[in-house]
Formats: sequence, C-alpha cells, structure tokens
Amino acid sequence: MLQARAGLSTQPEANEDKERYLGVYRWMLLARVLEEKLAILYRGGKITGGVFLGRGQEALSAALGSALKKGDIFGPLIRDMAGRLAFGEDITDAARTYLGSRLGPMRGRDGNIHRGEPAKGYYAMISHLGAMVASVAGGLFARRLKGETGVVGATCVGDGATSTGSFHEGLNMAAVEKLPLVVIVANNQYAYSTSNARQYACEDLVQRALGYGIAGYKIDGTDPTACIETVFEAVARARAGDGPQMIVADLLRLVGHGEHDDFHYMSHALKVSPIGRDCLDVAREQLISAGWATPAHLDNLRDQASAEVENACSTALREPLPDPNQEDWCALHTRRLAEGAET
Amino acid sequence: MFQKQPTTRTSAAITYLEAIRAAQHKLLSDDPRVFIYGQDIADFGGAFKATKGLANEFPGRVLDSPISEDAQVGMAIGAAIEGMRPIIEMQFADFSTCGFTQIVQHAATHKWRTGVPCPIVIRLPSGGTAGAGPFHSQSMEALYAHYPGLIVMTPATVEDAYTMLLEAVEIDDPVIFCEHKYLYYHLKADGLPSTAMPAGKARVARPGRDATIATYSAMVHESLACATELASDGWEIEVIDLRTVKPLDTDTILASVSRTGRLLAVGEAFPWGGVTAEIIARVATEGFDLLDAPPMRLNAKDTPVPYHPNLWGTHRPTATSIMAAMRKLLGA
Ligand SMILES: Cc1ncc(C[n+]2csc(CCOP(=O)(O)OP(=O)(O)O)c2C)c(N)n1
Ligand SMILES: [Mg+2]
Repeated sequence: MLQARAGLSTQPEANEDKERYLGVYRWMLLARVLEEKLAILYRGGKITGGVFLGRGQEALSAALGSALKKGDIFGPLIRDMAGRLAFGEDITDAARTYLGSRLGPMRGRDGNIHRGEPAKGYYAMISHLGAMVASVAGGLFARRLKGETGVVGATCVGDGATSTGSFHEGLNMAAVEKLPLVVIVANNQYAYSTSNARQYACEDLVQRALGYGIAGYKIDGTDPTACIETVFEAVARARAGDGPQMIVADLLRLVGHGEHDDFHYMSHALKVSPIGRDCLDVAREQLISAGWATPAHLDNLRDQASAEVENACSTALREPLPDPNQEDWCALHTRRLAEGAET
Repeated sequence: MFQKQPTTRTSAAITYLEAIRAAQHKLLSDDPRVFIYGQDIADFGGAFKATKGLANEFPGRVLDSPISEDAQVGMAIGAAIEGMRPIIEMQFADFSTCGFTQIVQHAATHKWRTGVPCPIVIRLPSGGTAGAGPFHSQSMEALYAHYPGLIVMTPATVEDAYTMLLEAVEIDDPVIFCEHKYLYYHLKADGLPSTAMPAGKARVARPGRDATIATYSAMVHESLACATELASDGWEIEVIDLRTVKPLDTDTILASVSRTGRLLAVGEAFPWGGVTAEIIARVATEGFDLLDAPPMRLNAKDTPVPYHPNLWGTHRPTATSIMAAMRKLLGA
C-alpha cells in the first residue's frame, strides 16, 4: 500500500535538486515573512476577522505549490500561504485579501484564506472542511472530458478535515474515477484544540489510503527534503495516470489555530519532539550542510523576502476599501434573472 | 415546561454567552440525561467558551467530537431515541449544513413517522459579526423552520438565552437553538431570571402605537435603537421580539398590528422567503383589515454575507436602515 519513495525515475540531477530545493525554500521564506507581517498587522488592528497562519507547515505546502505546474488545479486550505505563492498567487493579492482592498481578487467580499482565482486553476476554498476534495476532483473530471491530459489537481486538508463526510466522499469518488488528484494531509496533531486522540482511531491516517484503494505516502512534514521528494513524486505519479495519491505528513502547527488563539492546550512533549521542529530551520541546516547555500546567501534571501512583503502590504494598505455604494449587490452571473434589492 | 427556579442573582453583570453556559451548567447538574457533544467543547470550552469548565465539572458528559457534523447530529438522534437529552454545539451555524440531512430528514421526521419523539437540541452560533465573512455569519432559522417537526428558537436577550435553552432541552422535540454571536459579549443583564415566558410566545419589547416592528434575535436591538431614535421625533414604535420563529406567535403580532395599523418585519437572514415573509403572509391573510398601509419587510441583501465590514454593515439591516424603512412606512 505505502509506495516506496524511489521507483519512478523522477530523480533530478544534483543541480536540479539544488535549484528545486532553493526554489521551494524561497516560497517557504516568503510565506513566513508575509505571515509574520500579517500577524503584526492583525495585532495592530489593521485586519478585521481571523488570521490563520501556516507557520511550521511551509515546507510541505511550498513543495506542493512548486510541484504543480501552470495549468494544474490547486485547492489550498487554511495553512497554505507557501503553496499558494509557489503556485503563482500574486503576493499583493494575498495581502489585499487580508487587508480588504477592493482591488484584490475577492474585492472585500471574502477575506483571509478564502481566496483564489479559479480561472487560473487556483480554487477559492470555502470554510466547510473537506469540501475542496470533490471540487478539485470535479475540475480534473472536466479536464479529462475536455481531452486534456497531463493535468494534476491537488488539495490540502488537516487531520481534522479527514473526519468529514466530504473528505471521504470526495476521495472515494476520485479513486473510483481514477483521477490525477493529490491530497495532502497536513497532520499537525490538532484540529483547533482537539488532539488526534479525539479525531480518529486508526494507527495512522495514511492507512486510510488502503481503504480508498489509492497510493499513500507517509512523511515527516518538518523535513523539507522529504517533503520535496515525496510531493514531487506523488505529483509525477498522478500526472502519469496512477490515480489519486495521498500524502500524510506529520508536523506541528507552530502558532495558534488563528492569531486569536494562544494554543495553551498544545502538548509540551509534542512541541519539543522532532515534529515540533521549525521546517525553516531544518531547511537552513540542510541547505548549508549540502553546500547549496551559505548563511550569508540565506540571510540575503530573507532580506529580499522582507522587501517584497513590505512592498505588497504597503501597496494593499494604500488601496481603496470596498464601498457599499459602489458594490454590485448581485450574486448571480445571469443578471437578467437577478431580483432587485430587497423591498 | 422546565421547572421554575429561584433567581440566581449575581452581583456582576452576566452576558448572553454566560447565560448559555449557565443554562448548560444547570441542565447538566439537574438532568442526568443531558450531555453535550461538539467540536472543541471539552477542555477548550468551545470556540466561544459556551461550555467553559463544564467538561471538568461533568466528566464524560461534555465531549469533543470529530469534525463530523452529520455524524454528530445522527448520534444525538440515536441517543435521544434511547432516552437521553443531547445538546449538539455546532462551531458555527454555517457548518450545520454538513449535518442538514440528519437534522431535517431524520430528527424532524422521527416522531411523526414512528411515534417516538426525538428530543435533541442543536445550538447554532448564528448571525454576522464584523469580518466573519460568508461562512461564519449565516442566519439559518428559516431553513430549519421550513421543515415540519422542528422548533426554532431565536433568543434576543440574556434572560431568554438562559430560560429558552433550559426549555429547549425539556421539550420533547428537536429544537434548533439560534444563539446570536453578535450578542454573546455585547449583551449583559444583572442576573438570571427565575421565571420565563414559555416558548412560542412573543414579547412586546417596547410598546408603541404608531407602527409595529416584528423581529427577532440581534435585530431586536437594532429595532429598539431605531424606536428610541424615532421617539425623539414623537413616534411611538412598538417592537415585538418573536423569541421563537417556529412556532411563530401570530396572535401577538396581530394584536400589535391591531393597535398600530402598520407593520415592518425585520430579519438578518437572506431575503427570499424566510421569517419576515412568513410574518407578512400571515398578517396579510389573517389581519389584512388591520393594516393602514402595505406591510414592509427588511432583510439582509440577496448576496452571501460579505467579509469586509464596509460591505457587511450595509448587507445586514441596522438601526439606520430600519429607520429609513420605518419613515417610509410612516410616511414621515
Ligand atoms: C465542516 C466544518 N466544521 C467545522 C469547521 C470549523 N473549523 C475550522 S478549522 C477547524 C479545525 C481544523 O483542523 P484541521 O483540519 O486539523 O486543520 P488545521 O487547522 O489543524 O490546519 C474547525 C473545526 C469547519 N471549518 N468546517
Ligand atoms: Mg490539524
């Protein structure tokens, strides 16, 4: 059931390895720096509503966003800032959605993590957990009907979302249809405050893959090398026609559920365990020890990321906010069938 | 009916949210059939802290559930058949759509089909707050009220939040308890009441003689603010707090309209159909002669609930927009 990591000849040359890793690292870093900035803006009262960060999960998310290509479908979830950016989201659009700019893709109608550009294959999640599994599968179904080949769709869920009916129905359906769907389960051990002990009773979530009849992979989500290898392989297998692929990555959320949450409930033992590592620290060590980067180079990358983040946020902050008088209060595309405003 | 209890006077003010917690505390203390099942409600005390400390005080009876709304409701139904009185906390009303089948197809039909009642209570943290967006803001009372076999409560006051939740558990039918998140922390009372109006009875929240506003939940407070404002212009607006939207207390609404001759129905939910439409339909069919002017209704706009406060503040009715509607109704 569990696929071995090797097998498909997707092993890149050493130089390709390095470039791929550095590419992923840049997205991890950019997401981290952006989210740190968003947390500051939130605390400063500049963001209304929730701020949900992916701190600790960047390697996994960035690996996925990097493994996907233009033309693929991506349905990210709460903690996928890194994957979104890697998939091609404009960082200013990310900032705009948090800061409520009228010029962002969601135009102030929706906020924070509830954003996307579906016309570019970047689906906009709804809050209801598990819902995106079937919808990304549906996107792939359509591509198949249209005769497009070589397309991959990917979506992410947390440990908690695996308990939803939607997750189960979506994954089972994707398996029946043998769709090129990659599902990443970021098992950060908690769903809000609820630990895995109250979420599922199987030994490991990757065992679910057997039940669905799909490929399952288990990785350490704090290890960027493992994330990159496995995610790229799963995406390649899906692209090659091997059907749905499920990767379960163990890691820890290094922040609260949202920025309002002090996560006092999180177990100290887990925090100091190997999955409590910060994947950015691990990446730094791995890059330096492989001789792929110097500390100075990495510091320089951080400065570049900071500049990009400052630029994106200050742009979004200067932009107009939504105006109810200019807002188009119509939920329909078929305007001739839209009713007027309420009486 | 729940037993009338001596007044619990607290020196400090008690919020709407604390009243809900206090009611659940009392229910767990008094009734061994009661248990609470929901996401993050045990040690964490719930996303809003409506069950804070209860898991500790009532071991094994306040339990964290997996993120499985359909199964949560389904299991409550089974437990109710076996004589328990489960309370299900949805983390947000919006997520109850994932349990919709079990609520409207199973719980709602059970007594009618089998003769065996299904006394479950589903708590829905409902309604909009600034920045909550399309999936954490919905008002779902009309959806549930549509289905035969369900009771839908929409408390607007701290007192009602307390006594109606007690009564909801006592009632032998499934009750959808719509508690408004906007009122959770804002709304305070001096203490908890010892007596209550029964479910199904509306309340005159403010007497008046020039026009009636029939409303419920958070919109009661927007309507009261509107009435206060209009009072300075000499208008006396009567505000009816429906308390339960199903059953709808048509008699109290008609009695009010017979005094005022004018009716504005206000609700926070989407405009198509719904509670305000039901109010207007009933008054038009049962009390047409009482009306001196065409009745009016004011709801949220016919779009999803917007995220940004600038949009949200216009999407839902507020004292300001209620006032504009009221001036139109009064021809003022
Ligand atoms: C169907 C549904 N029920 C409840 C919620 C409320 N909710 C939002 S996030 C969350 C916890 C999610 O945990 P997990 O899936 O493990 O993802 P994580 O936040 O840990 O990344 C819950 C319960 C929801 N979004 N959808
Ligand atoms: Mg989780």
